[in-house]
Amino acid sequence: MKLNKGSLFALFAVLELAGNGDRQLSTTDIAGKYGISTHHLAKVMRNLVHSGLVQAVRGVGGGYRFAGNVSRTTLLDVIQLFEKLESELDMPNQGNPACEPIVAELRSITGEIDDLTKAILDTITLETALKSTRLRTEAAASVAAGTPS
Amino acid sequence: MDSREGSSLLSLPIMVLKYHMATKDPILIRNAVPTDLDAIIEIDDVGPKEEKPAYWRGIFSHYGSGEKKERIFLVAETGGEIVGFIAGEVRAWEFGSAPCGWCFALAVSPKMRGAGIAKRMFDEIRRRLKGAGVTTVRTMVDRNNKVTLSFFRSQGLRSGRYIELEREID
Repeated sequence: MKLNKGSLFALFAVLELAGNGDRQLSTTDIAGKYGISTHHLAKVMRNLVHSGLVQAVRGVGGGYRFAGNVSRTTLLDVIQLFEKLESELDMPNQGNPACEPIVAELRSITGEIDDLTKAILDTITLETALKSTRLRTEAAASVAAGTPS
Repeated sequence: MDSREGSSLLSLPIMVLKYHMATKDPILIRNAVPTDLDAIIEIDDVGPKEEKPAYWRGIFSHYGSGEKKERIFLVAETGGEIVGFIAGEVRAWEFGSAPCGWCFALAVSPKMRGAGIAKRMFDEIRRRLKGAGVTTVRTMVDRNNKVTLSFFRSQGLRSGRYIELEREID
């Protein structure tokens, strides 16, 4: 599986906003923290606002805030706003009858892999991802400080 | 005498948990007893209902005595009502797997979801499995059962070393 930049930037933004409750953050804030393109993130934010996961707050001190349900929204919900997560076969000989049985079998196998990938991503809520991320950060900090986690 | 008052049960570990805001009654996690079966069947919303009485009677006879620490069948009770159950056991050497905990049933009454009951039951079964000498717990859940899968994910379970495979038998 290869996540495209849109999905990845959306996950950065949604997890950052969901982890900060009612706090509003600008595109510049989020892009600056994760070292990603502000221009590209702005496009991603428009899509997230359109989906209802994120709300744009206008005016002085405006920005974005999370508007979804952190314990119901899954990683798949976010990713599927930007891509289908379906494997593709880079077929040079489209329509060649000799290829068909093998291509059909490969499509069946990649379909099985895709289904598993989606099933996993669809059971990890933002809340669970935030909790795991926090634990990972704390464990890394403990290692860096030389103390047991 | 109500079987719940049996002397053997009095010696069993019982966890008194926090009060549920909807009931104000304490939530207890305890070993299942025969009189819990009707409520367990009612809460169990997976699969055909008509086959459940025989299934759960069989499960209870195998796991419900509480005498073997490697076989665990727990219920959550509040206000005299059963609101959830969890069952599991220690399994060993299936396709070379070292002994591990296997959780094969978990359900919470829909009206009591969101109160942390599943987490408390899972914490208790993990505690008992650890007491039985294992350090890993596994489960298997239908991929469409998002509620249960998301719960186990939230408790830190991830895809493990073993892959479930199946086919129709001709």
